[in-house]
Amino acid sequence: MASIKLDNLGKIYPGGSRAVGGVKLDIADGEFIVLVGPSGCGKSTLLRMVAGLESITEGEVRIGDRVVNKVEPADRDIAMVFQNYALYPHMSVRQNLAYGLKNRRTPKAEITRRVDEAAAILQIGPFLDRKPRALSGGQRQRVAMGRAIVREPAAFLFDEPLSNLDAKLRVAMRLEIKDLQKRLRTTSIYVTHDQLEAMTLADRLVVLNAGQVEQIGTPLDVYRRPASTFVAGFIGSPAMNLIPARAVPHLPGSAHAAVIGIRPEDLVPDPDGPIEMQVGAIEELGAQRLVHGKVNGADVTIALPSHGELSDRLRLNAAPEALHRFDDKSGKRLD
Amino acid sequence: MKRTIFSNQLLPWLLLAPQLAITFIFFLWPAGQAIRQSFLREDAFGINTSFVGLANFRALLDSPEYLESVKVTAVFAVSVTVVSMGVALLLAVAVDRMLKSARVYTTLLVWPYAVAPAVAGILWWFIFNPTIGIMPYVLDVIGYDWNHVSSKTDAMILVVIASAWKQISYNFLFFVAGLQAIPASMREAAAIDGAGPVRRFFDITFPLLSPTTFFLLVINIVYAMFETFGVIDATTEGGPARATNIMVYKVYFDGFVGQNIGSSAAQSVVLMLLVITLTIIQFRWVEKKVEY
Ligand SMILES: Nc1ncnc2c1ncn2[C@@H]1O[C@H](COP(=O)(O)OP(=O)(O)OP(=O)(O)O)[C@@H](O)[C@H]1O
Ligand SMILES: [Mg+2]
Repeated sequence: MASIKLDNLGKIYPGGSRAVGGVKLDIADGEFIVLVGPSGCGKSTLLRMVAGLESITEGEVRIGDRVVNKVEPADRDIAMVFQNYALYPHMSVRQNLAYGLKNRRTPKAEITRRVDEAAAILQIGPFLDRKPRALSGGQRQRVAMGRAIVREPAAFLFDEPLSNLDAKLRVAMRLEIKDLQKRLRTTSIYVTHDQLEAMTLADRLVVLNAGQVEQIGTPLDVYRRPASTFVAGFIGSPAMNLIPARAVPHLPGSAHAAVIGIRPEDLVPDPDGPIEMQVGAIEELGAQRLVHGKVNGADVTIALPSHGELSDRLRLNAAPEALHRFDDKSGKRLD
Repeated sequence: MKRTIFSNQLLPWLLLAPQLAITFIFFLWPAGQAIRQSFLREDAFGINTSFVGLANFRALLDSPEYLESVKVTAVFAVSVTVVSMGVALLLAVAVDRMLKSARVYTTLLVWPYAVAPAVAGILWWFIFNPTIGIMPYVLDVIGYDWNHVSSKTDAMILVVIASAWKQISYNFLFFVAGLQAIPASMREAAAIDGAGPVRRFFDITFPLLSPTTFFLLVINIVYAMFETFGVIDATTEGGPARATNIMVYKVYFDGFVGQNIGSSAAQSVVLMLLVITLTIIQFRWVEKKVEY
């Protein structure tokens, strides 16, 4: 186990395109960090630099108290779970799990013990003698996890490990990964573009945008106090409304902020409310309904309980503490 | 598949006719002739022909010259296959690592394939020519006295190089395609699992390449055994002392130069059976893909 420290980490690909820049992050021993951001924002690049699969062009990666910039992936004491699992198709599950240990000259008895133990934890015992192609997607995912945990590495690196699973299995595996990591207390970096996965798994979230860190914090911190309009729009589902202040002049603070952010569930119907909304499309989700519409020309979505009639004009109100104020040029939070 | 119904019964046959004619004139008819003649024997003047049953085949088995030719063919085919596939695999692995710049490289490597075997043979014959070639000169500098006209080993090396050379580009393309089909993450996972580049190649890359390798193995053996006639004819003509007299060349030599039609026909029937066997192997295994 180890802490990981990223110091001004950056990557410029050959050809000159910058994928990541100036990332500073201290990961404590045993912490579960989730890197989240839209497609192409540099999550995989960042993770692969930590793994040693991508050269580091700027800054430093430390694992434990060692700078590993020039250390081979094999010697970084990390294990990685790939999006496509990358199981060796010509080896049985047992051989897949044992391969890393065998290469490190672990004694035979020890390999058997560790493989059986990992198989028990992940409930893949019955499949140990099968080839990967004879497994379902979920089972392959477990084998990929197994291959990471048998090595008992200092850190786990996950690159969107659940994105090839169906929605139900994804939720189940998400919980299992969380449990497993709690039990093993192994430092983990987990990449996803699914903000729900990010919220539920992370001890701390790192929100990336175009290769830069937008915000680092616990999921609740990030949710409650998004540092920028980007984070505000990215974390939380349905996404936070970002309304130009002139469209809602009666809300507190709208005089000196350019953009007001309000979560859909924070906009509540109130006959005397200062905001008037023209109702447009309605999405019924069962327990909730999402009502889309316009407030002085700006797009707004609100979440209402699923009962009662809706008129085509609603008056709304929001508690002062539910308002987020952002600068319009930088998009940064103002308070 | 789409099924077309022809209202005219004649039209489909007309459309097939050219292909059928070519198959018949250039393949079935000569093959039939060869089989027929392999059971016949002509007298020295070509006047009388008599049916001799399997005598031509029996004579082959009793002929030390023929058995020698089989041995030469085996050595030659294995050498050509090993050299052409080995070199191609090395090049393919090198290119696979930096495939961005590989496009030019790949194109250059295809050139040899466009050169006819006989031309390739003459090219190499010039390069290795004991009096005017560059290679004997270079070899002389490092103390090797090259002479494929008198040395059996040198002659064999020459025809192997000249034959393998052309096949390298073909093998290379297939190996590159095969390597590209292996997900990069597989090798990355192995790297994290503590396998160095050599280990990675033998544990991961090579096994995953086995369908390609097997396919090429059959193709190259067939090539070396049956399509290298031009190379041999242009360089060594089977010599010296029959050291490069492979089976295909012997068929030609015995038939057209030695005028022993019966024996030559029997030899081509043997070759035909070999091709059929190799083709069956090819279909049985390559179609199903090699198991991994
Ligand atoms: N080998 C490469 N050469 C050049 N540019 C690259 C290379 N790999 C990635 N990039 C670029 O770097 C940026 C970040 O890519 P990266 O794969 O890290 O994104 P990501 O956040 O993982 O996206 P996704 O969620 O789609 O996986 C992208 O703009 C991408 O085009
Ligand atoms: Mg990615």
